[in-house]
Amino acid sequence: MSQRKHLPSIHVPHHKNTAASETVTMPVPDEVSISMSQNIGAPCQPLVEKGDYVKVGQRIGDVDAFVSAPIFSSVSGTVKSIDQVRGSMGGFETHIVIETDKKQEISEEVKIPEINSLEDFIKAARDSGMVGLGGASFPTHIKLNPKNLDECEYLVVNAAECEPFITTDNREMVENGQDVLDGMRLIMTWLDLKKGYIGVETNKPDAIANLKRLIEQNEIRDIEIVPLPSSYPKGAERVLIYETVGKVMDAGVLPAQLGVILDNVSTIGVMAEYFKTGMPIVRRRVTIDGDAVAEPKNVYVPIGTRIADVVEFCGGYKTEPRKIIMGGPMMGRATKSDESPTMKNTSAILCFSQEKAEVKEETACLNCQRCHTACPFGLMPSIFADAYEKKDIDTLNRFNVMQCMECGSCSYTCPARRPLAMSNKLAKMMVKEASN
Amino acid sequence: MDNKFHTNLIVSSSPHIVTESDTTRLMGTVLLALAPAWIASIYIFGIRALLLSVVCVAASVLFEYVYNAITHKKQTVGDLSAALTGLLIAFNVPANFPFWQAILGCLFAIVVVKQLFGGIGKNFSNPAITARIFLFISFSANMSTWPVTRLAGATDATTGPTPLATYAELRDAGNLDFSQLPSLSQLLLGFHGGSTGEVCAIALIIGGVYLIVRKVISPVIPCAFIGTVFVLGCIMTGSLYGGLFHALTGGVLLGAFFMATDYVTSPKLPLGQLIFGIGCGIVTMCIRQYGSYPEGVSFSILLMNLCTPLLNNLSYKFYLKEGGARNGK
Repeated sequence: MSQRKHLPSIHVPHHKNTAASETVTMPVPDEVSISMSQNIGAPCQPLVEKGDYVKVGQRIGDVDAFVSAPIFSSVSGTVKSIDQVRGSMGGFETHIVIETDKKQEISEEVKIPEINSLEDFIKAARDSGMVGLGGASFPTHIKLNPKNLDECEYLVVNAAECEPFITTDNREMVENGQDVLDGMRLIMTWLDLKKGYIGVETNKPDAIANLKRLIEQNEIRDIEIVPLPSSYPKGAERVLIYETVGKVMDAGVLPAQLGVILDNVSTIGVMAEYFKTGMPIVRRRVTIDGDAVAEPKNVYVPIGTRIADVVEFCGGYKTEPRKIIMGGPMMGRATKSDESPTMKNTSAILCFSQEKAEVKEETACLNCQRCHTACPFGLMPSIFADAYEKKDIDTLNRFNVMQCMECGSCSYTCPARRPLAMSNKLAKMMVKEASN
Repeated sequence: MDNKFHTNLIVSSSPHIVTESDTTRLMGTVLLALAPAWIASIYIFGIRALLLSVVCVAASVLFEYVYNAITHKKQTVGDLSAALTGLLIAFNVPANFPFWQAILGCLFAIVVVKQLFGGIGKNFSNPAITARIFLFISFSANMSTWPVTRLAGATDATTGPTPLATYAELRDAGNLDFSQLPSLSQLLLGFHGGSTGEVCAIALIIGGVYLIVRKVISPVIPCAFIGTVFVLGCIMTGSLYGGLFHALTGGVLLGAFFMATDYVTSPKLPLGQLIFGIGCGIVTMCIRQYGSYPEGVSFSILLMNLCTPLLNNLSYKFYLKEGGARNGK
């Protein structure tokens, strides 16, 4: 791999406080609330009714749509209700609320998949319920099933974990390094890919050391670790593909169109577990951190566990929480209540006190262009913000607002505290509406 | 059940963290970068330079405060930009300049140039440089009477010419004798007449490099500005000393590092900044060589400030031709 120029990036404090915290399994809560909208694409329809008894690993939600992934019960217990709940995206979501019996009986549906062909492999990937665990929650089986499979050469594993605080990918590589390599081997074998790259930021020396050791031990020659500078946003899909295989990827292009299959490291590791045990995704590793949490740590959380229950397992709140983020502080979503349940893509729960939660007051733009120099793609967010105010669609298009991936680097660096990433998002929505 | 949960959390768009470096910090860093030149000015011109800077900073901050209070605008004195303007005005006038005239300059800079156009971020020209020109036109005698430095050696005179004035006289007499001009080490250390803050070249260079290293300013404008002055100086005088003389005297360093780089009034993209810097250098040297004033830095920066929207449009064209977004291309 030749050394090439890096894309612009910014230095964000890492706060990887839980990097060395071994994942602990939390006890099953009294109640879980499992959302039917856990992936990009079509939401699932409930397959159970109020009063039904469900077991761990039982399929409780699915839909007959291309971009979708089934949802499984993370607990054994009785379906208490099926509710319409206002979700973090603003719209209503269907939630299946299950009262647990704490027996954690395993469903008969759980069995090791038999793989004899590529079709079997893709079907098994769908049956694992896997979606991108890094946060995007794109169904994994679709990523593994591109139209131009014969043109695909590389598997790029996203282990950059450039978001501050989150250490779940790091722990996956340290604790389940073999699963990661096994998962890569499965994908590379069935999809006939010639080379695998694992892009890891250098601030994860334990993860890199463990993977290196395993690669040497297993005498693997077609998988390479690509150390990335520890700067934000090296884990963004388009940035990572450029840093690993050197291909330029525009917005709206899928990695497969560039001959790359790209997946998050935890996604691959957890999927490999499914191929070994037959247990679909019913729990996930979550980093719990932030100044309002008593004991920050990494926890295996049954999917659907409410934030409040997870925090209680981590010693409760140290101070009054004023902002709770699901995901990282750069791209994660602030939730309005700690009643919200964890989902497949909840990589972190970050609880902040009033002091850290406060939204800083916006002042006048100085025209310093820090937003422009911070942007990995060299876009001009200050122009977008002004054009959005004026509803100037033409300027937004001319300056390529649709190339923005909403990484938040512009807002982070702005000395005037302008919410540039937000205006980019709004501007993109405006452009989309105008073109319809 | 309901009281079990915290249901009144702050919801805002990502990112949820921002850098510590806000407007106040940026302005503070620029003030810090001016500290060496400020200390040098006090050493060179004595206590009068200190008093002048205190008066200008206090007046600028007061005018900004009062204007915001009267117009019921959000108070912006805390961002230190008014203090910076005040210090730059003090740096741009002779050390013996009358206080009341300096205060008038501050009033002009803060109220007319900055606030009437909408305050910080909205002014089209640099307040300090425009105030310098305002004072120069209004009080030209006081603005061109330079106190001799404490280090000039034994002399009965209390005022003397600046090196650039000497240069202009020699040039007009058709006898450019460099031995009558200060030596390079004198220019670097500031042992010669001039505006309060512009004389000590070495202190300004330290401050300018500090700003570039801290990434507060981009090196494009200072390098283009100083480089152009140097090259044209070499050509016009036919000597290396002449180039260095022009780059180190007058307001070139102060202007290039601290006033031409004003974010608000300079182009956004590097191409525009390059043309801006070269333009400043060319205008400065044309005024120095062919104009009736010995010095042209302030006029050059003001002129290029006015060209900034044009330069922005020009550089956008090239930026968009390259695809707008770099994305590794």
